[in-house]
Amino acid sequence: MSPTWTIARKELNSFFDSLIAYFLLFAFLGFTGFFVWLSGNGDIFFRKQADLAVFFSIANLTLFIFIPAITMRLIAEERKSGTIELLLTKAVSSRQLVLGKFLAALMMVVIALLFTIPYYITVSTLGNFDHGATLTGYFGLILMSAAYIGIGLFASSITSNQIVAFILALLIGVCFQFLFGILASTGSGLISEIFSMLSLNTHYDSISRGVIDSKDVIYFVSISLLGIFLSEYMVSKRK
Amino acid sequence: MNISIEQLSKSYGMQKAVDNISFSVNTGEILGFLGPNGAGKTTTMKMITQYLNPDNGDIKMDGRSVFDHEVKHRIGYLPEHNPLYEEMPVIDYLVYCANLQGVAKTDAHNQARKMVFKCGLDVEKHKRIGELSKGYRQRVGLAQAMIHDPEILILDEPTTGLDPNQIVEIRELIKQLGREKTVILSTHILPEVEATCDRILIINRGKIVADGTAENLRKQAEGSQIIRLKVEDTELDNLQNSLQNLMSVKSTSILDADTNAIEITSELDMKSNRDIFELCASKNWIITEMIPMETKLEDIFRDLTMN
Repeated sequence: MSPTWTIARKELNSFFDSLIAYFLLFAFLGFTGFFVWLSGNGDIFFRKQADLAVFFSIANLTLFIFIPAITMRLIAEERKSGTIELLLTKAVSSRQLVLGKFLAALMMVVIALLFTIPYYITVSTLGNFDHGATLTGYFGLILMSAAYIGIGLFASSITSNQIVAFILALLIGVCFQFLFGILASTGSGLISEIFSMLSLNTHYDSISRGVIDSKDVIYFVSISLLGIFLSEYMVSKRK
Repeated sequence: MNISIEQLSKSYGMQKAVDNISFSVNTGEILGFLGPNGAGKTTTMKMITQYLNPDNGDIKMDGRSVFDHEVKHRIGYLPEHNPLYEEMPVIDYLVYCANLQGVAKTDAHNQARKMVFKCGLDVEKHKRIGELSKGYRQRVGLAQAMIHDPEILILDEPTTGLDPNQIVEIRELIKQLGREKTVILSTHILPEVEATCDRILIINRGKIVADGTAENLRKQAEGSQIIRLKVEDTELDNLQNSLQNLMSVKSTSILDADTNAIEITSELDMKSNRDIFELCASKNWIITEMIPMETKLEDIFRDLTMN
């Protein structure tokens, strides 16, 4: 078994050993459930359309806040408790360590998404349902989560304080989630185009509508990879 | 596996933590690393285990440079403050460490059980590490260092926090391991080095100030012989005067006037025991006690590191 996988499994277990995993699942399903089924104005019965568009836009926002909560401890805690020394002096490279942590967080998000399969099944029986668009929507959510996990992992790798890691991840997230979009709409010409390209929502929207464009996939994958590489650099850079 | 350290240096900013040190350790040898706080012991160990990169110099294991990922499998390391995952049960933690070190899956459980037994953790094996007392945590730290049966063991203060019985047990364990492995351990408990180590390396301000067996170090430090003597059937004054007249005796001092106990320091690089015996024999004084005093390791240590 490769060290990456060993670390990922251990990390996923420790999400469930501490209350983080249950808190996250409860909050995620609570929020999305409320807005999809119960909120009245804007919920699925109000729209009278058998699709999960509401779910995808709410899940986007919920994950934007919850992913930093998952990722904040990943490396910061190892630094604080000194266990990072234990890991890196074993047959584990910085890359394997960072990848293992990344995978664990991604699996956590996928587990949360699996719990929304009942939404999918229920809504698909309600009317004319576009399976393709929905599956693409899930794919988009996973890609977007990967990007946020990359950001969160990087934030966690530069400090030994979890709160700092959380806030930093959220701040970087705000840039991608809102700020670049706003700058794109207020600016004009080339600058506007650059910000629009950087804005996460531009890319997420087109995927959640059911269009998979390689540009969007490349965008999310590059943010994830950049996060992973920067974290690896921070972990391997020691005094 | 032999370790050789060549001209290793490491600075933190302006401060030189390790300053151009070289030494080597052979298989079957237990090397004791001694030094006052901040001497560079831990930094050196961190470099050997690849946690820190040296500024200069090289570390070789069996001739191969240590900055090679493969070598890590062959090192077991107990870091200074013994960091552990508080929330994990002991046995799970050991299996996790075994997996990380590349022990095959079925063996990982066997190894973990073996280590639990070896380190006396049987009663505590299902407890979370955070619930354990300091001594048991230290044992968990040792167990994880040895879990993959490494050829090299690097132990940074392995017996801190243990009770006297445990200390004896752990020392025995280290000695036993030291027969076939290469062990480097650091400590500031001096009797411990004497009890466990084949060789002692004293380091101060990043430099090696002494290297050798405890005996060798003593010989170097000794210079003059000190003997404690108790004699019957004579007056103290008489005894002291006669001793003072001997060629090899430099000075005497009375320890206890009632029992005629006296401490005799010989001239530099001379031994006075023969002369003393012959003197007493010729005068028919009965020697009831004659003890050659060893220089204590503490004294050597203080000599070398206080300046």
